[in-house]
Amino acid sequence: MVSAFQDPVILNQWHPISSLEEINPSEKTFQTLLLDEEILYKMDKENKVLVWRKGSRDENLPTKLAYGFVWVCLGNPPETLFLFPEFDEPNRKNKATGVIGVNTSAGRAIENFCDMGHFPYVHKGILGEEPHTEVKNYDVEISDEPDEVLATNCKFFQPRANVTSTKGVDADYIYRVPHINCALLYKSSIVAGKLDVIVLFVQPMREEQIRAHTAMCIFDDSSTEKDIRLFQQLIFGQDKPILENQHPKRLPLNPRMETPIRADKTAISYRRWLLNKGLKYGTVAN
Amino acid sequence: MIKLYDYLLSGNCFKIRLILSFLNLNYEKIHIEFYPSEEHKSENFLQINPLGQLPVISDDGFILRDAQAILVYLASKYDKGGTWYPVKNTDKIGMISQWLAFGDSLTGSASAARLHDTLFYHHFNIEKCRAMAHSQFRILDEHLFFQEELGNDWICDGVTPTIADIACFPYIALSEEGGISRISYPAIRRWLDRFKRIERFVVMPGVFPAGPGP
Repeated sequence: MVSAFQDPVILNQWHPISSLEEINPSEKTFQTLLLDEEILYKMDKENKVLVWRKGSRDENLPTKLAYGFVWVCLGNPPETLFLFPEFDEPNRKNKATGVIGVNTSAGRAIENFCDMGHFPYVHKGILGEEPHTEVKNYDVEISDEPDEVLATNCKFFQPRANVTSTKGVDADYIYRVPHINCALLYKSSIVAGKLDVIVLFVQPMREEQIRAHTAMCIFDDSSTEKDIRLFQQLIFGQDKPILENQHPKRLPLNPRMETPIRADKTAISYRRWLLNKGLKYGTVAN
Repeated sequence: MIKLYDYLLSGNCFKIRLILSFLNLNYEKIHIEFYPSEEHKSENFLQINPLGQLPVISDDGFILRDAQAILVYLASKYDKGGTWYPVKNTDKIGMISQWLAFGDSLTGSASAARLHDTLFYHHFNIEKCRAMAHSQFRILDEHLFFQEELGNDWICDGVTPTIADIACFPYIALSEEGGISRISYPAIRRWLDRFKRIERFVVMPGVFPAGPGP
């Protein structure tokens, strides 16, 4: 096990701890765990968000409000957070769709989010369906500017691609992993030429325990917020037992530890990207 | 028409979805969002159930709460075969009631541990919940082992499952989400697998269908 203090990659990072919707507006103090540390947070009457370590009420931690979430750093905060320009586009609904606890590492959760191969089995009848199980070839690159893993030209047959779907479609996907524990999924929307964005921001509570924050940035006039949240809970509820049964729970970064197939290209690049960064927390090297 | 006030991730609501499917009954689902909006504690829902708990059914205006009570009601009224809750067989009714209470008690142990790990209900003492669940699982595992020795596949004697099996199934099948492993309970694992092979069995997030069978 690695302490976050031995790993500058995880320590000097913005981490999501809560959607603004969950704490806004409230004087209540909330508690959570981040990198094995107990963290308290609240929004005061002036809508200012305060975050501190348990027992150190007077020392406010570096905090950032971005993309509808509260981000916190326990080390030296980076100057910037990744770009997510769609968040500010007009006519989009930005909605936090709930947070769920999973007993796994952040890397395993990000990888599962970017994997299409499990759709017909785990999300049967919704995001996939037998016999349409093939993951067609797609492109992956690790780019320097911005520093992210990008998978494009992904196509998958989906019986019920989103909450408003009434029939199956070949859905087009783009995946971005612009942060070691955050991933964005872009998929066809009801507006021609525009993509909906589904967001997974992972909060590493411990090396093998996470909070998965989900949100959507979509074009949708017909569904209620409750319908959208229920759809996300359904999908994540189905993923949870799969994630919790992967061993080791920490993400293996050594390419020889697990045998990938062609459909796992995104995962291979993601692991290589993490390995090059030197991430230790929540991973296994050998 | 039967209406079910339902929440997707609730094991207690799953009990009712199971019996409605086993009995092949049509019903309407009304989604009550337990998490994150806590709609079950809203003014509107408290008019339906002042305890603020799910599930609740309304059968042509007859409103009933509590998963176990609803199982008894639906099976007594709609099970034409009379096997899920054989009202005339007094010994069996007694035994079923005993295991209904056992199924209900899992709400305070295995279900609470799952809420703690999944939805951050930190006021539960997680170690106590898990320890209690393990002692309950051990009792059920032993019971099921002796049932198998007698040739019984189910919690209560006889050749068909009863509502006692339904009441116990969800929170045992979902236990690993609360960090409660079933590896030491082989008779429970065999029973879960048999349960999933009952005709018209349905799944919920976290519960998968049985694998290819023998």
